[in-house]
Amino acid sequence: MTEWRGERRARDARIAAGRAHATGKVVPAVAVVDLLEAILRPGDRVCLEGDNQKQADCLARGLSACDPGKIHDLHMVQSGIVLPEHLDVFETGIAKRLDYSYSGPQGARIAKMLYGGQIELGAVHTYLELFARYFVDLTPNVALIAGVSADREGNLYTGPNTEDTPTVVEATAFKNGVVVAQVNEIVDRVPRVDIPGDRVDFVVEADRPFYVEPLFTRDPAAMTETQILIAMMAIKGIYAEYGIRRLNHGIGFGTAAIELLLPTYGEKLGLKGKIATHWALNPHPTLIPAIESGWVKQVHCFGSEVGMDRYIRERPDIFFTGADGSLRSNRAFCQTAGLYACDMFIGATLQIDLSGHSSTITQSRVAGFGGAPNMGSDPHGRRHPSDAWMKAGREGQIVGDPALMRGRKLVVQLVETFGDKLVPTFVEQLDALELARKIGLELAPVMIYADDVTHIVTEEGIANLLLCRDVDEREQAIRGVAGYTAVGRGRDRAKVEELRARGIIRRPEDLGIEPLDADRALLAAKSIKDLVHWSGGLYEPPAKFRNW
Amino acid sequence: MESLTFRHTTRKPLPGSVPNAITGVVASGNLEILLERVLAPDACEVAIETPIAGYGDVWEAVVADFVARAQPGGLRISINDGGARPDTVSLRLLQGARLMEA
Amino acid sequence: MAGDRSARPDPGSLSWYEATARQRVAALADPGSVREFLPPTERRMSPHLPLFDLPRAFDDGIMVGEATLDGAPVLIAAQEGRFMGGAFGEIHGAKLVGLLRVALELKPKVVLILFDTGGVRLQEANAGETAVAETMRAIVDVRAAGIPVIGLIGGRAGCYGGGGLVAGTCSRLAVSEGGRISVSGPEVIETNKGAEEFDSRDRALVWRTMGGKHRRLTGGADAFCADTVSAFRRAALDLIGRAPAFDLDTLEAEQARLEDRIARFGDCRDATDIWRRLGVNDPEAVPAMDTDAFDATVARAREIDHDAR
Repeated sequence: MTEWRGERRARDARIAAGRAHATGKVVPAVAVVDLLEAILRPGDRVCLEGDNQKQADCLARGLSACDPGKIHDLHMVQSGIVLPEHLDVFETGIAKRLDYSYSGPQGARIAKMLYGGQIELGAVHTYLELFARYFVDLTPNVALIAGVSADREGNLYTGPNTEDTPTVVEATAFKNGVVVAQVNEIVDRVPRVDIPGDRVDFVVEADRPFYVEPLFTRDPAAMTETQILIAMMAIKGIYAEYGIRRLNHGIGFGTAAIELLLPTYGEKLGLKGKIATHWALNPHPTLIPAIESGWVKQVHCFGSEVGMDRYIRERPDIFFTGADGSLRSNRAFCQTAGLYACDMFIGATLQIDLSGHSSTITQSRVAGFGGAPNMGSDPHGRRHPSDAWMKAGREGQIVGDPALMRGRKLVVQLVETFGDKLVPTFVEQLDALELARKIGLELAPVMIYADDVTHIVTEEGIANLLLCRDVDEREQAIRGVAGYTAVGRGRDRAKVEELRARGIIRRPEDLGIEPLDADRALLAAKSIKDLVHWSGGLYEPPAKFRNW
Repeated sequence: MESLTFRHTTRKPLPGSVPNAITGVVASGNLEILLERVLAPDACEVAIETPIAGYGDVWEAVVADFVARAQPGGLRISINDGGARPDTVSLRLLQGARLMEA
Repeated sequence: MAGDRSARPDPGSLSWYEATARQRVAALADPGSVREFLPPTERRMSPHLPLFDLPRAFDDGIMVGEATLDGAPVLIAAQEGRFMGGAFGEIHGAKLVGLLRVALELKPKVVLILFDTGGVRLQEANAGETAVAETMRAIVDVRAAGIPVIGLIGGRAGCYGGGGLVAGTCSRLAVSEGGRISVSGPEVIETNKGAEEFDSRDRALVWRTMGGKHRRLTGGADAFCADTVSAFRRAALDLIGRAPAFDLDTLEAEQARLEDRIARFGDCRDATDIWRRLGVNDPEAVPAMDTDAFDATVARAREIDHDAR
C-alpha cells in the first residue's frame, strides 16, 4: 500500500506534542524550549525567520537553548543569518546544514565556520531563488516566524515589516509543516490580518519586542562632494538619457544622494515627472523630499524602515498600506517587481574586476547576496516594452531580425574609485575567487555578473558597457573610469580617448557638469533634521541619528 | 609622516592675481591645500605631508593631471593630508586653483 | 586669505554646523573686513604632532584675527572642530591667548570666540591645559577692562572639556540646537560611570542633557539661534549690548544661582524633569520644536535670562 498521508500524520503528531505546552495556540515565552523540543525532529528543515529587518529573536534564543541530544542535525533554510544565535546552533550541533541568502553582520563568523567545517553549506542564494526553493526542494518542516501581534486564534499582524513572512508561511503551512509565530503581544483583535490564523499553529508571546535595525537610513550630513558629483552624473547621464521611470535603488550613499538631488538638481534639469516616478524600494528617509515635492507616484516596499511608520500612514497614495493604515511590505513580491517591472537597478558594490563582475565579498567575510542580484540582472522572461528598455536593447545590439528584437534592463554600478581606508574598488581579480577556493565553494560568490552590468558610474565618468563591442573595449572602458586605482592607471590612454570620442566613456565635462559645482548646497536635505522638517514632523528618526 | 615634493613646468601662468588661498580641512579623509603665488610664472611646486605612506605614485599621477589641466604656473602648493582619497585631492586642487583665479 | 573672501557664501543659508571655521568667520564679519593674525602662510604648526606621526594644520586648528561687525572693530577666534576635534594644543592655545591679550591694547567692541572643541589635545596635554588656564585668565582681564567676550557655539565638536570651562568665563553665550556645552563628554561619562548612568550612543539623551536647547532653558546660554551664520551674527550683535558688568555683585549672583540650581533640580533624573519644573508645559515636545516655537517657550519661562549665568 502506498502511504499518501504520512507527512500529514507526522505533522498532526508534532502539533499534538506541542499542545502540551500551550493554552490553545498560545505559548508563554518561558515554555519556548519545551515547545520547540516537542515539535522538532532531528534532521528537520527549519526556517528561523531572519529577514533583512525583522528577527524572530525570541524563537532563535529558544532554539539555541534546546538540548542537542534531542534536537540535532537541523537543516536551516532562511534568508538572513543575522543574529549570533543563528550560528550558535551550528556550534552545538543543533543544526548542521545551511541554505541562506544574506549574512551581513555575521559574514566574518560564517566564513570562519565554513572554513572550519562546522557548517555544511548548501548554497548562498538570492532572495527569490531561496523563496523559490521553499516550494520545490527546500520546503520547511517547521517555520519559526515573527509578528507584532496575534489573537488567540493565531491571526497574525506582522506590522509594517511583513517582509518574508507570507512566503515562509505559504511554503510551510500548505505542505504539512508546523508554523510557530512569536509576537510582541497577544490582543483580542489584530489591526489587520497579514497571516490568517489557520496557517499558524502556535503563538509565543515574546519576552521582549523583536529587534529591528535601521538599515536604510543614510544621514545626509555624511554625504560627500564626490558622492554628489557621481549622483549628478547618474541623473543627467543615465536617468535623463534613458527616461528611467520605474526603478530600484540600492542602499548606498550614492543612490541616497540621487534621491536628495531629485528636487533640486533634477528639478533644474526639468526632469520632474519624466524620471523616477515608480519605485520598488524600502521606505528610504532620503526619498522624503522627492515624495513631498511631487516626484514620486508610488513605492512598493520589501520591508519598512525604523521611524517611517507615521509618515507612511499619512501618505497612502504613495505607499501600499492596509485597511488599518500601516505599511504592507512583501519581500517576495517586491523582489519580483524589482526584477520584472523596473527598467533599472542602480547600486553600489565593493569590488569590480576588469570584465565588470562585482562582489561585496572581502577575503574574510561571506556577506551573501540578499536581493541585489535579483534586481541587478536582466530578466530574460520580460516581454513588455518600455522606451528605456528598448533603447538599452538597441545599444546592446540585441538585433538580428528587427521583429524579434528585445530590450535590456539597465544594471548600473555606482561606485567611488576608492573605498574606506584607500581600498581600491577596481581590482584585477575579485577577492571572492580566493575566498571560494579557500573554503571550497563550487561557485564564487559574485554579486552581479559582468554580462548583466550595463553601466559603471564613478567620480571620473560613466562607462557604458552596452556599447562595447569586444572584451578589450570593455576592459578599457572600465579602466577608463577607474580613477587613480592601479587598474585605472593601467589604462591605454589612447584607447580610452577613442572610447570617449565614441561616447562609451563620458566625463563630467562631456555631460556639461562642472565638478566644482558638486556642492552639498545641492542636497534637498543636509541633515536628518531636515528630513524631519520635509516630512512635516511625521518622520521619527531613531535616537542614533539625532543631534537634537 | 611621508613628505613628497613634485615640481612641474607649466605652459602658462595661472590667471588672476590673488596672492594666496587656503581650502579644505585636515580631517579624516580630507586635506587642506595652501596655494601661494610665489614662484616663477612657468613653475609649479606641490609639497605634500601625508600620514599614509606608500602612495607616492598615486600622488604623482594626481598632481601631474592637475598641472596639465589647470596650468597653475607661479604657484607653490602645500598640502597637509588627512588621508584623503585621490578624487578628493583632485577636487580640492581644482577648488584651490579657482580661488586663486578669482 | 582668498579662501575667506572669494568663498563667501550667503550667511542667511550657510549652516553654522556645516561650515568650516574660516567660512564662519568670513560670513559672520562685515564682508571683506577680516584681517587674520598668523595666517596659514606663516605656517605656525604644532611642534608635537609629528612625534605622533599625525598630520598638522597650517593654522593649528584655530583662526584668529580682527574684523568689523556692523562697522565696529571686533576680534575673532574660530576653532576648527574637524581638525583634531578642535582641541587645544600649544600653538592653538597661544593664538587664542595672544588674541585676548592684544584686546587690552586694541580695545575692540567685543571679542568673539567661535568655540568648536572637544577640549585639550591629548598629544600635547600639558601645553593644552596651560593654554586653557591662560585663556580663562586672559578673558577675566579682558572683561575687567570692560570689553565683553562672547562665545558662539554650534559646531560639530560642541564645546567640551577645557572649552566648556572657558565658555563659563565668557560674558555671554549664544548656542544653536546642534551646539553642545559641557565639561565631560558623553563617552567620558559612560566610560567612568557605565552605560546605565549615561548611554553615549543615545544621541537624543546626549542632546537633551548637553544640547543647545537645554543650556538655553537652564540659563547656561543667553541666546538661542537657528543654525545659520546670520542667526549667530544677529545673536552676537544683540548680546554685545546686553553684556553684564564684571564685578563682585555679578560673581556673587552667579554663585547664588548655581546653588539655587542644585537645590531646585538636584533630584531630577532627566532634563525633561528640569524643564517641567521650569514651567515648560510639554517638555517631551521641546526637542522637536523649531526655533520660533522654542523661542516662545523660552519667553514664557521668564526666569531664564539673568546676568548671572
